[in-house]
Amino acid sequence: MPPILELEHISKRFPGVQALSDVGFDVLQGEVHALVGENGAGKSTLIKVISGVHKPDTGEMRLNGEPVEFDNPRQAQHAGIATIYQELGLYPDLSVAENIFMGHTPRNSLGMVDWPRMREQSREILASLEIFNLDVSRKVGTLTVGNRQRVEIAKALSQNARILIMDEPTAALTEADVEQLFKIVRLLQERGVSIIYISHRMQEIFTLADRVTVLRDGHYIGTKQVSDTNESDLINMMVGRTVDNLFPKLETEIGEPVLEVRDLWRKPFTLGVDLTLRAGEIVGLAGLIGSGRSELAQVIFGITPAKGGEILVDGKKVTVRHPGDAMRLGIAYVPEDRGTQGLIKQMTVRDNISLAILRSLTQGPFINRTEERSLARRMIDQLNIRAYSPSQVVEKLSGGNQQKVVVSKWLASKPRVLIMDEPTRGIDVGAKAEIHRLMSELAQQGMAVLMISSEMPEILGMSDRIIVMREGHVVAEFSREEATQERVATAMMSATNGGATIVPPIPAIEQQEGITK
Amino acid sequence: MTATTKRIESPAAGLTERVRSSLSVIGSQEFILAALIVVLSLLIYSYNPRFGAERNLLNILSNSAYIAVAAIGMTLVIITGNIDISIAALIGVLGTISGQLAVHGYPVWIAWLAPVVVGILIEGVIGYFVAFLRIPAIVVTLGMASILRGGLILATGGAWIYDLPQDFFLSQKQPLGIPMPIYFMVALVILAALWMRYSPAGRAIYAIGGNKEAARLSGLSEQRVLMMVFLINGLMVGVASVLYTTQFTTIQSSVPSGLELTVITAAVVGGVSILGGSGTVIGALMGAILIRTINSGMIFVNVSAYWLQAVQGIMILLTVLVDIVRRRRQMAAIGRQ
Repeated sequence: MPPILELEHISKRFPGVQALSDVGFDVLQGEVHALVGENGAGKSTLIKVISGVHKPDTGEMRLNGEPVEFDNPRQAQHAGIATIYQELGLYPDLSVAENIFMGHTPRNSLGMVDWPRMREQSREILASLEIFNLDVSRKVGTLTVGNRQRVEIAKALSQNARILIMDEPTAALTEADVEQLFKIVRLLQERGVSIIYISHRMQEIFTLADRVTVLRDGHYIGTKQVSDTNESDLINMMVGRTVDNLFPKLETEIGEPVLEVRDLWRKPFTLGVDLTLRAGEIVGLAGLIGSGRSELAQVIFGITPAKGGEILVDGKKVTVRHPGDAMRLGIAYVPEDRGTQGLIKQMTVRDNISLAILRSLTQGPFINRTEERSLARRMIDQLNIRAYSPSQVVEKLSGGNQQKVVVSKWLASKPRVLIMDEPTRGIDVGAKAEIHRLMSELAQQGMAVLMISSEMPEILGMSDRIIVMREGHVVAEFSREEATQERVATAMMSATNGGATIVPPIPAIEQQEGITK
Repeated sequence: MTATTKRIESPAAGLTERVRSSLSVIGSQEFILAALIVVLSLLIYSYNPRFGAERNLLNILSNSAYIAVAAIGMTLVIITGNIDISIAALIGVLGTISGQLAVHGYPVWIAWLAPVVVGILIEGVIGYFVAFLRIPAIVVTLGMASILRGGLILATGGAWIYDLPQDFFLSQKQPLGIPMPIYFMVALVILAALWMRYSPAGRAIYAIGGNKEAARLSGLSEQRVLMMVFLINGLMVGVASVLYTTQFTTIQSSVPSGLELTVITAAVVGGVSILGGSGTVIGALMGAILIRTINSGMIFVNVSAYWLQAVQGIMILLTVLVDIVRRRRQMAAIGRQ
């Protein structure tokens, strides 16, 4: 049987990254084809190419043997390819029936919306998915996440989708909803609908999928029959790269604990976390997107203050209610997204660098401009920021230099604990190496660094100790010597723990509570 | 990363930097507006030399004053990404309060001070709704404008106030031959400009308007900054109401029509970005003077004053258009890097 969808030699480049290079992929009729890979492996880009969101730079896509090119998602939908994204694309203030038929509402002879027919057909579609308890007149905004997802699936079927793309469909579901979803997936499969299924959860792939394709760093690694493979095999395919020695990690004397976190709670992403950071230590915090890493940092820094548990600085219990509190305690947080969280883009390099310490630069009613300028010059030199002057507007700098400005802002506050969230994302190799060297130097001077990263080589190369989070919990901890790509990746992705030293049990009830927002 | 990538410190680079910065002064909105005012004045003068009389020029500046002072407050509000459309109604109410106090025999300094205090209080209420209850400023100030307008008619029945004491007319005083409003305008604009540029609070206003998430993560409190901005706006509106009210011998107990649009136009034409984050008080001053120059010029070239509204509308659309086009160009330039 020929594949219903075939992709060959697909490449796609975004400014600064080659998201896909020469990727091949195919889907058979009625199969569940899992697509796996680490964060940033290119899965999302690939499905966006299939669903018409992105146009590939090169390569060919064939649907039922015919070459196709989609200019927009609408064309893909007409061709029978529907996508269910992680962020659900529904209208909360419209009814279930209206959502299902959005864009192709049935009309009566007067050209007006044919409400009875629309409701009737909605009921039929839902019934074909063995969903009988959903009122089609209800507003979608009042439904549970699981029911909203069912509406999305019904919407796809109402457009006669032959290929359904599901991007992490179980990420926000409760266990009961997951089971029902599996049932629906099997029903669809029996009707000949093909499903492209993206998931990080190994267990699901082995329960549902017929075949699995692995991507890594934008490259096609391989496709296997699920029956011919196993978990560790897949993980090896996902991470199997050589760790180059890019990382100038300096040996440091590790001192006393500076920051300790005990049983920290803030639902739904921080579910009883313990963590210790010592002076001079770089701790790598690994985990998949959605595992609660950034959220933990934001709780510690007071952006979303803790609801339970303790934070200790130098062994003394402290309260952190907002970022100002954390700053006074010597904690700094370099956020994940420099554009929306780190920089005031219309402002100059100098004004951005001094922003967090304006009070201490102020004499009488005014900011001491001489001191401010010399601070900016010091930072420009120390971090090798390529700006023609401290009064250059940051918007005009390259990504790497912008990142250095954000880091400068926080170094200016002379922190003792530096939390860096994806410190080198989207910046060029040179700037990356400079940031790594800087982190290493700061640790050597006695700073405690918590580095959140989705890049395995960075985690392995820079960290003295590696902590892995999954679903709001710390699930594993490795020393620098113990850590390997396979072990860390296994802890990130699967329920088995990859031989880590600490594995607290995950209480099932808490997990459920945590997931319902 | 060695010497090759080190920041370039050659004399040539220093020169380009200096050229760039002097170019940026010439290219700035403030400079363009000042030039525009001069060119426009010369054109009107060549058509009708009476426009150039010292008395007339002083009048233009004097009549710009209440707009410019109110525009200081408006500039701050718009930089934080908010707007205040209640100021015309507020100026009407404050003027009436001032006149009533004067006519009932209170000392004039109380008649001048009371509207400032009440202005601060009312803007404080608006600030509370915007900063703490997180209701969009356009909704809050629309509601407030309606309340003030209705309250004013209820309280006064629309009765005009006559027989005000001679001392009351602050705007008609002319120390050293220069109308009093000009002193207020110059002093307040200079103070506000310095404060915005050199104080940590001024910096915080730009930071919140530029990117409130980043500002918050840098330890700034959005609520406190917004509250402060609305209180200062109240102060400026209070002063503007006194300058506005005391220029006439009677008080009409009504809302000066379209004044909020004139003030917003002054700020926006002066380069205050309607999207927040940038703009200066000096620019708003230039905007106010430009509007008044056009207004006066229309009389001297015999164009109906009713055109002024339309001209203001065109000015605001053009300025916003230029601002948006400039931003898009910048975004495109950054995208190409």
